[in-house]
Amino acid sequence: MKPRQRVVLLALAAAGLSALATTLPAQNPTPVPLLLRGPTPLDQIAPAPRMTPMRNTSEKEVRNYPEQPPVIPHTIEGYQVDLNGNKCLSCHARSRTGESQAPMISITHFMDRDGQLLATISPRRFFCTACHVPQHEAKAPVPNDFVDIDTLLARSAPGGVRR
Amino acid sequence: MNKGRPNRRDFLKLEAAAMAAVAGGMATPAGAQNLMAERPTSVLAWDKAPCRFCGTGCSVMVATKDGRVVATHGDIKSEVNRGLNCVKGYFLSKIMYGHDRLTQPLLRKNGGKFDKNGEFTPVGWDEAFDVMAEKFKAALRKQGPSGVGMFGSGQWTIWEGYAAAKLFKAGFRSNNIDPNARHCMASAVAGFMRTFGIDEPMGCYDDMEAADAFVLWGANMAEMHPILWTRVADRRLSAPHVRVAVLSTFEQRSFDLADLAIVFTPQTDLAILNAIANHIIKTGRVNREFVDRHTTFKRGQTDIGYGLRPEHPLQAKATGAAKANDATDMTFEQFAQFVSEYTFEKASALSGVPVNQLQALAEIYADPKVKVMSFWTMGFNQHTRGVWCNNLVYNLHLLTGKIAEPGNSPFSLTGQPSACGTAREVGTFSHRLPADMLVANKAHRDIAERIWKLPEGTIPAQPGYHAVLQSRMLKDGKLNAYWIQVNNNLQAGANANEETYPGYRNPENFIVVSDAYPTVTALAADLILPAAMWVEKEGAYGNAERRTQFWHQLVEAPGESRSDLWQLMEFSKRFKIEEVWPEDLLAKQPEYRGKTLYEVLYRNGQVDKFPLSDADPNHANQEAKHFGFYVQKGLFEEYASFGRGHGHDLAPFDAYHEARGLRWPVVNGKETRWRFREGLDPYVKPSEGLKFYGNPDGKARIFALPYEPAAEAPDATYPFWLVTGRVLEHWHSGSMTRRVPELYRAFPEAVCFMHPDDAQALKLRRGDEIKVESRRGYIRTRVETRGRNKMPRGVVFVPWFDEGQLINRVTLDATDPISLQTDFKKCAVRLALVGDAR
Repeated sequence: MKPRQRVVLLALAAAGLSALATTLPAQNPTPVPLLLRGPTPLDQIAPAPRMTPMRNTSEKEVRNYPEQPPVIPHTIEGYQVDLNGNKCLSCHARSRTGESQAPMISITHFMDRDGQLLATISPRRFFCTACHVPQHEAKAPVPNDFVDIDTLLARSAPGGVRR
Repeated sequence: MNKGRPNRRDFLKLEAAAMAAVAGGMATPAGAQNLMAERPTSVLAWDKAPCRFCGTGCSVMVATKDGRVVATHGDIKSEVNRGLNCVKGYFLSKIMYGHDRLTQPLLRKNGGKFDKNGEFTPVGWDEAFDVMAEKFKAALRKQGPSGVGMFGSGQWTIWEGYAAAKLFKAGFRSNNIDPNARHCMASAVAGFMRTFGIDEPMGCYDDMEAADAFVLWGANMAEMHPILWTRVADRRLSAPHVRVAVLSTFEQRSFDLADLAIVFTPQTDLAILNAIANHIIKTGRVNREFVDRHTTFKRGQTDIGYGLRPEHPLQAKATGAAKANDATDMTFEQFAQFVSEYTFEKASALSGVPVNQLQALAEIYADPKVKVMSFWTMGFNQHTRGVWCNNLVYNLHLLTGKIAEPGNSPFSLTGQPSACGTAREVGTFSHRLPADMLVANKAHRDIAERIWKLPEGTIPAQPGYHAVLQSRMLKDGKLNAYWIQVNNNLQAGANANEETYPGYRNPENFIVVSDAYPTVTALAADLILPAAMWVEKEGAYGNAERRTQFWHQLVEAPGESRSDLWQLMEFSKRFKIEEVWPEDLLAKQPEYRGKTLYEVLYRNGQVDKFPLSDADPNHANQEAKHFGFYVQKGLFEEYASFGRGHGHDLAPFDAYHEARGLRWPVVNGKETRWRFREGLDPYVKPSEGLKFYGNPDGKARIFALPYEPAAEAPDATYPFWLVTGRVLEHWHSGSMTRRVPELYRAFPEAVCFMHPDDAQALKLRRGDEIKVESRRGYIRTRVETRGRNKMPRGVVFVPWFDEGQLINRVTLDATDPISLQTDFKKCAVRLALVGDAR
């Protein structure tokens, strides 16, 4: 599936959810749906949704902007990242990427606090999950209207390039 | 391939390359040149702003284009984070663009009129404020100043908190204003005031690069302060001698860096702290010279109760509740005698921590060669003896003289971006005024009234309703007009089922909520006011290391949403001074007759001193444009006059738009990294060496305080401890982060973390739907026996970010009797499978 298609599907799914969500109180002329809570009134107890598995692919997700840390497309359950070792590096370290075909950790990760490049990954970058997070196979109930720079530029270009 | 004319596939490739090139600024193949944007259109405007989330206070660079935020990244020039952000910070670009942003005021109406049980209907700002003013006036008539109140936030900008405090304390003459920092930092504040007589850490983040050891007392920095954790990790992994000790009631992510990993029984940190003090004394490692010159000893009041309603049996039987903050003098020898009962064996029996671990921990403090940095957050502060915990950890640093120098640093972390800058320094607490001053102190009130150009006696002497008391007074019908800004207290406040929700829906009350998004609190209100957020307004925050940081307005807020500052000032126009002040007060300042609160408070020749033309012409400023003067600068300069020359000096306003923040006191243009030490702190005179000048005698207090049990502990009916807290990916109630799909998917819903053996004993499996139930209420959630937290038996953890699972329906509204801060970490629950959910 192309990323663009996925966005559309997600938006449709989210819209479907919002249509399901009842408002509080009922027959609200201006619906103020609690998309994140769902239809359960505030003084009642909502059922807990089923736990969802983590997405587990090697397919990259498009970043919202170049500075965004990529999300982790695969599960990391049971990964050890502690004083004794860093499982993520066993695929993403420079020397391992030939074998793993995983993306190499970014060059920025070799920089110390003063921007000096080190021979190995900087200790300040050691805990990967501070910035890189795996994704559950869950639908975000609230769509986000962020517009990325390429779309904005295309819109503002003469004639307005479609996107 | 057809030469000259690219086929469709080639064309798509070229187009993709061009688009990528626009973003990346790289050269493109000739065929794609015509698709590439010209240089001026691809230039982004980058501005600095502090992160919107936690108290770390990372600086971020924000890119805007065509009136929208298009990218954010860690600010390389910031000392705090040096180019890094955590995952939440990296997604700041998307927090303002949740699809359900509120864009117009919404009032509950029926048949065209306000009705508490009506339906949310869009109204204009005029109608919103008309109804709101009418309700506030009715409450003032009915109850007097105590009938109105406000619940604000450590997420208010400095000037918003200041304008709010002034509106309530001086305008409405009600001290019923409190920030949600009461839930978060109040115990730290009271700890500082009791030990040092002045609030906020003496050290700073630079201590992290100088320490030999780190001890985490009830702080999961790996998840809650990830960028500070990168600095601790950097130090630990780069300097082999450095050691990290992590104490918690369950094993969490910070344990991944721990050399000494300690899981203790809830509440027994009190005993562990005393056992370390005892060890320092017993092994002759007290720094006597330091202790004799710089400290005095105090015996604190005991049996102080649990901040519950007075009729609660636990409260009724507490003998020291009425004088919880009292202390009497004692000697070093008496102190040594007091802690002597806290042997490692006793502490071990209470806490479940092996003696050898306690010994190793105590040696970190006792060894004079080890520079130690202690960190704590909610594990200490959200504790019915939270102030004591703060006092007791200072004891360890004071007994050994390991304080107020690089690397030796007891460091209280903060949870909100401006818990320090706004809630604490501005004094938005119900008992406080700016610069650590108190409403109960006549001299302090005199100072505030003089600066505010108000007649003597304007500010009431009685502290107002604090956070938990506000909810109780709403429920009891004593507080009838209530305004909530920048927080989500129906989700955040304890015992929502019995106190908060009934209080908000009490027919006697009118509840106003200002927010950017429809939170559960907003939906429980009667009037919702749409708020501008973060870089949609000019702002200032103060982080945990006393660093004040400013930002400019970078984009417009959507629709009719307005900043909290605009809302506060605009609302003040609805009140004639005669409607809020009694005649005898007004008679003292007759020139105020006929004026509005807006004119008295904000057009006083000070707040409106700086013209619109002083504002940066390159940035928008909605408020300055609307009111016709540089509001933010006027408010800030008036506020800063409280602290200048009194140890709380702030730099001139304009300096903060230039710098990546400055740590107060800022004297002669220089920030202060370590307070109380000669040569580092301008307030310590030559030859004084070290001076704890917050107290009149220049000395810090070492407190004798015992272990006392928690307000509620597991029993046969409710056999589990419930601990609540946060997760890395969501900040607080999730109203911003759960609207970022990537963050939502990273941790979609709350779960109940528990030990697999506990699950097995209850015949539960991972993923089962269960009820987590206390004496107060229950929620439905799912069993999690794996993942990031490893629970000991008998303890469960449920994060509170999920508005679908309001765990604060379950928690107990017991507070520390001194700080009045809730203990969100300890109550008793039982677990049961929901029906045949499996």
